[in-house]
Amino acid sequence: MKILVGIKRVVDYNVRIRVKSDGSGVDTDGVKMSINPFDEIALEEALRIREAGNAEEVIVVSMGGNECQQQLRTGLAMGADRAIQVNTEGDLQPLTIARVFLKIIEKEQPGLVLLGKQAIDGDNSQTAQMLAALWDRPQATFASKLTLSGDTATVVREVDAGLETIEVDLPAVASVDLRLNEPRFVKLPDIMKAKRKPLEVISADELGVTVENDLEISHYTPPPARGKGIMVEDTAQLVAELKTRGLV
Amino acid sequence: MSRTLIIAEHDGKNLNPSTAKCASCATSIGHDFDIVVIGASVSDIASQAAAIDGAATVYSIDADHLAKPLAANHASEVVAMADGYSHILGPSTTFGRDLMPRVAALLGVNQVSDISAVEDAYHFKRPIYAGNAIVDVHAPETVKMVATVRVASWKAAGNAGSAAVEARSASSQASSHTRYVSLESGGGERPDLQTAARVISGGRAMASKENFDLIYDLADMIGAGVGASRAAVDAGYCPNDMQVGQTGKIISPDLYIAFGISGAIQHITGIKDAGTIVAVNKDADAPIFEVADIGLTADLFTVIPELKQLLG
Repeated sequence: MKILVGIKRVVDYNVRIRVKSDGSGVDTDGVKMSINPFDEIALEEALRIREAGNAEEVIVVSMGGNECQQQLRTGLAMGADRAIQVNTEGDLQPLTIARVFLKIIEKEQPGLVLLGKQAIDGDNSQTAQMLAALWDRPQATFASKLTLSGDTATVVREVDAGLETIEVDLPAVASVDLRLNEPRFVKLPDIMKAKRKPLEVISADELGVTVENDLEISHYTPPPARGKGIMVEDTAQLVAELKTRGLV
Repeated sequence: MSRTLIIAEHDGKNLNPSTAKCASCATSIGHDFDIVVIGASVSDIASQAAAIDGAATVYSIDADHLAKPLAANHASEVVAMADGYSHILGPSTTFGRDLMPRVAALLGVNQVSDISAVEDAYHFKRPIYAGNAIVDVHAPETVKMVATVRVASWKAAGNAGSAAVEARSASSQASSHTRYVSLESGGGERPDLQTAARVISGGRAMASKENFDLIYDLADMIGAGVGASRAAVDAGYCPNDMQVGQTGKIISPDLYIAFGISGAIQHITGIKDAGTIVAVNKDADAPIFEVADIGLTADLFTVIPELKQLLG
C-alpha cells in the first residue's frame, strides 16, 4: 500500500503574525517557514505505518512555487520515500487543492491519504473533507488514533462531545489532530540522504486542473485589541473587583 | 432563489445551541431561512428548531442510517435539498467542520469557513492565522454559498418562533464504506463550554489530574463550565473535549478565569471573545496577562481555596 501525505509550507507556529500596513496580507519577508504542524503529524503517522510493515511507500505532496521544495526535502529527511511538487503560483483554495490531490490519487492509487486537519495560516479545515467527497471515499477527520486492519481503518476522532470512533474501508482520507503522535526530529545524515531522494515537479496544467480561486480575500486587518487590564494584589481584591463588575 | 438553509446540529435528543447562532448569521445575511434536522426520530428536535426566531420552515429527515452524524451520509441529504437555496450554513463546531466541506465539494463550490461578521449576502469577515488577522471574503454571487458560522462570534437567536415543521423522506441510502462505532464522552453534567456564561480553566500548573478537582469544585460553586489548556490535556489531567484554543474549542463566556495557564497564542485564540478574562499565574511575565482584564500574580493553590471561602 502507498500512503500519500499532503504538506503545506506555512509561517512557523512560533512566529508572531504581523499584518502588512497596507492590508494586502501578512508579513512573510524573512520569516521562518515550516511544514504545517498538523501535516508533520500526518507524515509521522504514515512513516510509523510503513515501519510497522503496513505500507510500502510514503509519498509527500506539496503545492506551490519552488520554495515549497524546502518543506518537501524536510519531509524526505523525516523518512518519506519520494516527493511530488505541483508547481503553482500564489495561494490555492481548498477546492482546487482537493482537485489536484484527486489527480495524483488517480495516478498513484494510494490506500490511504493523510492530511493535517487544518493549516495554521488559512485555518480553513476543508481539504480532506473535499477530497473525500470528490473521490467518493470515506473521510475520518480530526483523527487522534488510527489502527489499520486489513482493508479497514479504525479511527478515533476528537469531536466536541468527546472521542468518537468510526470504522472506514480503505482507500480513505484521514485528517489528523494534535494528539495522534509526536513527530520525530530530523537527523543531519538524513538531511544529506534526502537530497538524493526523487522529487518530481509537475504543473497543475499537466494534471488537467484549472486553478479556480473564486473567493476574493482582501483587507487584512489585525484583530481588535482588548482594553488594558488591571492587576490586583490578592484574592480579596479579585473578588471585590468581580463583584463590582457584577460577574459573581 | 435568495434563501438560506441551516443544517441543525443535535445529539439525537436536543438541538445544539450552535443552530440558533447560525440563525443569527442567517438573519444578518438577510434572506428568509429554513432549518433542516437530519437524524433518526428527530421530531422533538424539529420542534425545538421550530421555536428559533425567524425560521420559516423546519424540515425533518428521519432515517435509521442518519442516526449518527456521519458526514458521508448527511452530506448526501443536504445536497439533495440544495436546490432552491442560495446559501447553506452550518456551525463551525466539529460537526459542521466535518460535514460542510463535503457538501461544498459535492456542489462544486468553495466554502467560506468561520464567518465572524456579515457585510452583505456575499461579503463576510473571518479570522485566519489563529485569529491574528481578520480578512474580508467576497464569495461569487453566481454559485451557491456554503459556509460555516463561527459560533463564538454570534449570539443565539431567540426562541419565540413558531415555524412550520415538514417531514421529508431520506433521499439516499446508507454509505457502506463508513461505520459509526462509539462515542466516549469526557464531560459530565457541567455547562457546555461553547455556551456557558462562565468558564474556569486550568493549565499545566495544575500538575495532576487529582488537582483538577479544585477547578471542578470552584466551577460547580458558581455554575461554570470547565476548560483546559492543550498542555493540561496532553498531560492527561483532563479529557480532550475540555481543550480551549485554536485547535480545541473557541468560546465566548461573559467570565473566563484561567488558573496556571501561561497563555500560548493558540490558547488566547480560543478566549479572545470572552467578556472578562481573569488570569491567575505565579509567573508575572506569563503572556496571559497581556490579554487579561484582571490579573493576579499568585499561586493558584493558595488562590482557589481563598476564592471558595470568599464566594461560598
